[in-house]
Amino acid sequence: MFLIPDSVGRFFHRMASPPHFYTFTGRLLPWLTAIFIILTAVGLYGGLFLAPADYQQGDSYRIIYIHVPSAWMSLFIYVVMAVAGAIGLVWRIKLAEIVMISSATVGAGFTFIALLTGSLWGKPMWGTWWVWDARLTSELILLFLYLGVIALYGAIDDKRTASRAVAILAIVGVVNIPIIHYSVEWWNTLHQGPTVSKIDKPSIHVSMLIPLLTMAVAFKFYYLVAMLQRARTELIQRERNSQWVKGLIE
Amino acid sequence: MNWQEFFAMGGYAFYVWTSYGVTLLVLLAIAVLPVIQRKLFLKELAHKMKRMKKL
Amino acid sequence: MSLSNAFIAIIRRDLVLAYRRRAEVANPLLFFVLVITLFPLGLGAQTKLLQAMAPGIIWIAALLAAMLSLDSLFRSDFDDGSLEQFILSPHPLSVLILAKIVAHWLVTGLPLLLISPLLAIFLGMPEQSVPVLLWTLLLGTPVLSLIGSIGVALTVGLRRGGMILALLVLPLYIPVLIFAGNAVEMAGSGLPVGAQLNILAAILFAALVLAPLPAAAALKMSMNG
Repeated sequence: MFLIPDSVGRFFHRMASPPHFYTFTGRLLPWLTAIFIILTAVGLYGGLFLAPADYQQGDSYRIIYIHVPSAWMSLFIYVVMAVAGAIGLVWRIKLAEIVMISSATVGAGFTFIALLTGSLWGKPMWGTWWVWDARLTSELILLFLYLGVIALYGAIDDKRTASRAVAILAIVGVVNIPIIHYSVEWWNTLHQGPTVSKIDKPSIHVSMLIPLLTMAVAFKFYYLVAMLQRARTELIQRERNSQWVKGLIE
Repeated sequence: MNWQEFFAMGGYAFYVWTSYGVTLLVLLAIAVLPVIQRKLFLKELAHKMKRMKKL
Repeated sequence: MSLSNAFIAIIRRDLVLAYRRRAEVANPLLFFVLVITLFPLGLGAQTKLLQAMAPGIIWIAALLAAMLSLDSLFRSDFDDGSLEQFILSPHPLSVLILAKIVAHWLVTGLPLLLISPLLAIFLGMPEQSVPVLLWTLLLGTPVLSLIGSIGVALTVGLRRGGMILALLVLPLYIPVLIFAGNAVEMAGSGLPVGAQLNILAAILFAALVLAPLPAAAALKMSMNG
């Protein structure tokens, strides 16, 4: 607490109170949604209209503008989930638990999108829907990790206990992800020789890079929007008996 | 570039537009379903409270 | 009672309990042998094919056998309340859990190791890869028990924890599968396998130190919940 300015500390303290969180995010969400929509429009305009076709892959490479940002988000959200889980475990902050579990579904969604678009991109490039390429394989394992988190949360009736279980699992997962990633990469170079993936390192031009980064930022905002929407729903369901939730109705 | 060319995506229309379409659907579902769920939940809660008051 | 005494006492107790339920203990081993027998029947008894797939088959079967045996790690202690005594004891829970894992590995992991040469012969594995197979099992199966202990600790309180346990634990087993399977495969073609074995040893030591901590936290959670 010594290193954090007082006003910031107060902000977080207030945010940790459920009714405050609910009204504050309610006011924040339209803005976040607007920023997401604008950034997506700009990114897609740049990516689908302005950027030239790739000299090797033609227009099929345009899947990159959702594939790569989704893959980034899938990892990013897992880390956020583990951090939120750790905060929830150590300080018993209910909102951290809710942020954690709300992130899981969004992360699983992005992982699924990364896999599906990877496959759709791979078909014209490799000639098959699925190649055991390091990137896709790691992404598939990540999806299993997410599904494990969601299944565990669903299996435990008491949601506070479930949150603690999920937090432990997410922390174990986040420690293991680098090991899994490294082993899969190692396995892949061994079995397939030099990687066949063109998805890995496309020689990227600035006119392609800018829309790509714009989409990456847009997806960050999407994550905030979706996670907060889920968190708000989860929050009022958990606090259904409290006064402030009853106050929402009047 | 005209619109027809744009939608054709150099012959890769199926792959590109399926990717974008499914992404849109998934993202929409993840963000909008909890909002609907919340509305229904609040409505149900309001209903319950009304009944409680009557009793 | 000192910590080391408690550690040894738990191992001794679990081994005695396992000895009294010999038939139950043999089940994972039988499963292991049975699964491997299924492969030649399903794939056809082509020597070349089986030989090429042997490292993967043995390791996947070991993975599944280890996973199925996990349930017995905390089950009886959870049912009869011994786990609560562990939590209340003055010793750190993670160390007591480590003792239980050691005993569990001696009962379920070690037999897999001992029977694997026979299975290597079944699948026509080249002779020079059998010692490597034993090394990978020696280094790898304890990791399976250690990582598995976290999964069981999380699900021991659930009535239908079995399927979820598989979903939680199997993705985390992947690095062990990759390095161990590959070491055995390389040994078959006479290539050096030092790197793979070193990595497996590193994973084992890391798991020995790290895995009991989340397992202890998860177990406390399962007991309170």
